[in-house]
Amino acid sequence: MLDVRGLRKVYSAGNREVEAIKDLTFTVDAGQLVCLVGPSGCGKTTLLRCIAGLLAPTGGQVLVEGRPVAGPPPGMAVVFQEYGRSLFPWMSVRDNVELPLKQKKVPRDRRRQLVADAIGAVGLAGTEGAYPWQLSGGMQQRVAIARAVAYEPSILLMDEPFAAVDAQTRADLEDLVRALWQRLRMTILFVTHDIDEAVYLGQRVLMLSSSPTVVQAELSVDLPAVRDQLHTRADPRFTALRTRVYEQIQAARRGTAAGLSDRIDERLGVDSE
Amino acid sequence: MKRLALALGLPVVLFVVWFVASYGSESFYVPPLRRILGAFADTWTLERLRTDVLPSLGRLAVGYALAATLGIAVGVAIGAYPRLRAAAEPVLEFFRAIPPPVLVPVIMLFAGIGNGMKVIVIAVGCVWPVLLNTVEGIRAVDGVLSDTARAYGITGVARLRHLLLRGASPQIAAGLRQALSIAIILMVISEMFAASNGLGFAIVQFQRSFAIPEMWSGIILLGLLGFTLSMLFRFVERRALGWYNGLREAQRKGS
Repeated sequence: MLDVRGLRKVYSAGNREVEAIKDLTFTVDAGQLVCLVGPSGCGKTTLLRCIAGLLAPTGGQVLVEGRPVAGPPPGMAVVFQEYGRSLFPWMSVRDNVELPLKQKKVPRDRRRQLVADAIGAVGLAGTEGAYPWQLSGGMQQRVAIARAVAYEPSILLMDEPFAAVDAQTRADLEDLVRALWQRLRMTILFVTHDIDEAVYLGQRVLMLSSSPTVVQAELSVDLPAVRDQLHTRADPRFTALRTRVYEQIQAARRGTAAGLSDRIDERLGVDSE
Repeated sequence: MKRLALALGLPVVLFVVWFVASYGSESFYVPPLRRILGAFADTWTLERLRTDVLPSLGRLAVGYALAATLGIAVGVAIGAYPRLRAAAEPVLEFFRAIPPPVLVPVIMLFAGIGNGMKVIVIAVGCVWPVLLNTVEGIRAVDGVLSDTARAYGITGVARLRHLLLRGASPQIAAGLRQALSIAIILMVISEMFAASNGLGFAIVQFQRSFAIPEMWSGIILLGLLGFTLSMLFRFVERRALGWYNGLREAQRKGS
């Protein structure tokens, strides 16, 4: 489904070069919900923009459904962290959800159906005529999710979508994402810096190192498929998993995880030149 | 009601002060306001409105529409392509710095003294604020929104229509507002240089034939015209940019 091979991204500003992503390789199978978690500033957003075809990588390749990504792939939808800046403020909720479908040349009746269904699915029925800025932050992010869902993507990218909403709203939105994922059977790649969120949501959690980024470790989440905020988070298995992720992230922050020593040596070698 | 009273209060006071202070005026050049008002009614008859005011307004409309179209079109292109902007910016700044009335004699040389000349003067003079504001507006279109549009395949004409033009519309409106007042000034000036009809022409004619109250009445009419046009503009702007005012209000409350 999604295949990231040896991805590397170097930003150059003038003579200075900053290596944001060193070498990333991972795959996401169709229908999986995979969470990417890493310390802040680890190049998560850069990675996501490369996958979304919004940024050209310096090296390596991203394949979506076997085809290399050169621009935004047609079957992909994206939900950004900055909901306030990713919805068109001059359009109503309905028009925001509908515009991508118009671009996709979805016939009118089908479009109406998809828009109504998506807005209903995120619990926003009745707000179709409102402008996004008339809604609360959590509701705005629901609109963005509705837009993504209505687009009927085969893969959905979410870039720290709940980082800017309050805790209660966040819990509701997490459950919404899991419910939509189970109902619509799409592939979701969910980027977050929140360890609990990653474990709660994901089937798999990929932990990234700090920048320049590599995949530090991977964990498969063997929690039951039906999860809820109260019981799942109190489950000893959940606690154990989040502890393991936490350790890896801490190690990544220090840059001294076991099994990474060769990489460290290599980096020291570079530094001494 | 209160707002209306507040808005009308000062103009009424000024008018009354003018009326009273000039009531016994003996000066030939500053006649009493009552005589000016009398001349206003006698001068600006329907016939006169047709022969002098309508041609002026027609030239204003055509020149302004040309400037708006050209300014927005070129502004979008320059705003969207950084290379084009780098190449064009110094030239634009130069042209903007030239006071537009200076263009009248120059444009007269090749466009003659007909309607064409006046339309060109108005268009050339007021294209700059539209153009420069459009460039700024396009540049200020949010990066996240732009990424979103790309990710959802909103490209080409749809991108222009739904993202760039709408996103830049607050700045474009600001440019159009500036351009409107410049357009009125240039309409009058171009008619003062060389014309056979129009408001500017009429005012100069009155002055040359020492019809002083009539001259003053023409100036009042111009003032009223400018005021009406800017009210009209505000009305349209408020409707078209309702979302922008709402958004700003929401952001103020939020922060």
